[in-house]
Amino acid sequence: MSTRNIVIAQIEQVGAEQNKMLRPLTDDLNLLDSGLDSLCFAILVARLEDKIGFDPFTVSDDVEFPVTLGDFVRAYENVPA
Amino acid sequence: MSQPKAQSLGHALKQAEPLAEAILSDGISRVSLRHLLAAAETLADGWAGRSVMIAVATQFEAARVLICLNGVAGRLLLLPPDVKPEHYASMVRDASIDTIICSDAAPFAGLGVETVVLGEALPCLSPIKNAKSSPTEWLMLTSGTTGEPKIAVHSLAGLTGAIAPVTASSRPHWATFYDIRRYGGLQIFLRAMLAGGSLTLSRPDEVVVDHLRRLAADGVTHVSGTPTHWRRALMSDAASLFNPKVVRLSGEIADQAILDGLKAAFPNAAIGHAYASTEAGVGFEVTDGLEGFPASYLETAPGGVALRIVDGSLQIKSSRMASEYAGRPDLILVGSDGWVDAGDIVEIRNGRCYFVGRRGGIINVGGLKVHPEEVESVINRHNAVRQSRVRARKSPVIGSIVVADLVLLPDIANVDVVKQEIFGLCKANLPSHKIPAVLSVVPVIEVTAGGKVARAHA
Repeated sequence: MSTRNIVIAQIEQVGAEQNKMLRPLTDDLNLLDSGLDSLCFAILVARLEDKIGFDPFTVSDDVEFPVTLGDFVRAYENVPA
Repeated sequence: MSQPKAQSLGHALKQAEPLAEAILSDGISRVSLRHLLAAAETLADGWAGRSVMIAVATQFEAARVLICLNGVAGRLLLLPPDVKPEHYASMVRDASIDTIICSDAAPFAGLGVETVVLGEALPCLSPIKNAKSSPTEWLMLTSGTTGEPKIAVHSLAGLTGAIAPVTASSRPHWATFYDIRRYGGLQIFLRAMLAGGSLTLSRPDEVVVDHLRRLAADGVTHVSGTPTHWRRALMSDAASLFNPKVVRLSGEIADQAILDGLKAAFPNAAIGHAYASTEAGVGFEVTDGLEGFPASYLETAPGGVALRIVDGSLQIKSSRMASEYAGRPDLILVGSDGWVDAGDIVEIRNGRCYFVGRRGGIINVGGLKVHPEEVESVINRHNAVRQSRVRARKSPVIGSIVVADLVLLPDIANVDVVKQEIFGLCKANLPSHKIPAVLSVVPVIEVTAGGKVARAHA
């Protein structure tokens, strides 16, 4: 499964577990409008770290938290050196 | 409130008239109680009024020294085996120790106090000046082990205040998973001694299954340990080998799952969980098979204690509390109004008080509080779970999230199905911020030397 598909699948799973209505998951979807709250994102980041092997938002101090879903997916696709 | 019963352990022991066959055993050494008593009567000179740290290698030797020196020494400080040597100096200072009795003097060199190596008997010493003639104070380390140890000061009267007299026909054979150099274990040592019955000690090097076999072989009738100790015991087939009459839990929250598990494993046993701490002493025991305790205890508690809840925290007042932290007047053990707050958070639901966790162990999820223990008690209801530990995982988004480590029964065919079921259980019983974000199956959960789940408190 591609990194993108892993990320999308986890978003859908966490959304379902937390009883959230998700907007269609397009790259330009603003994360704040996605239907996921901050707890959902915290869970998502923890699970993706276990699945993919790193947390892109803590590996470096100067990482900005993504604004859109596309930014979020790319953070995982850019494997740290 | 109960009055002092016993000034001297030797005296109390004599009154108990130990059974001829009553023994203290750790599976390697055995001694009869009558022999121990005789040893106490032939005590060597010079120990009167000394402040003694008991730093011998085994529980067995510690028991010998306790029986000999109680009523003679001014202070007895029990050194548990897991204390780091870098803390010895602060303990000697805080407890005003002048003499260390040990099996090997080397670790205690340079502390500036007299060290005495225990041999077959206590050696003779020169009498000290200004010897205290008051009843012996018993000093115990509190169970929090981070930083310099805190030392709670007890009297023998307080330590034995909750121990009911035993009739000669029903003498227990006690065993405990604890080390008797900590409060929970010392309680059992004293119970066994005052009843004139036998005591089977634990050994740190012994695996659970061998330990349980030894308890069965010794004919143990009464056993005490933490819920974590008991979960480990239930994981072992050897639990089916023995048939205790009394099963006692203390030191951690006894949730319904472990109480039910013990009832199923030992259908003929009386199962009770006690609320006790090194600071507050023995509070009360609950024997109705249910977790928590009746809210009516807040009006009238059994066993001569008073209970109240302040800011969600259980406070206790009794004659069994420690009096102070030795050498640390800056720390408050008993509040100015006479109550001890041991930091246990309690919730009242439908006429019952439930322990939900420790004040220092709260996980902060985006500003919402989660007690690890309340989540564990839900997870532990799943039949496949032997043990769980809920902990915080740092999250860049909201500070912390809740994650759980699980020890499952062997031979679980589909771990993912079990995880989904546990997740469903949590979802049905907990608000969303308390549901573990990640469930990890682990081979073992770390346990402290005191037999409690190891928790990293921030």
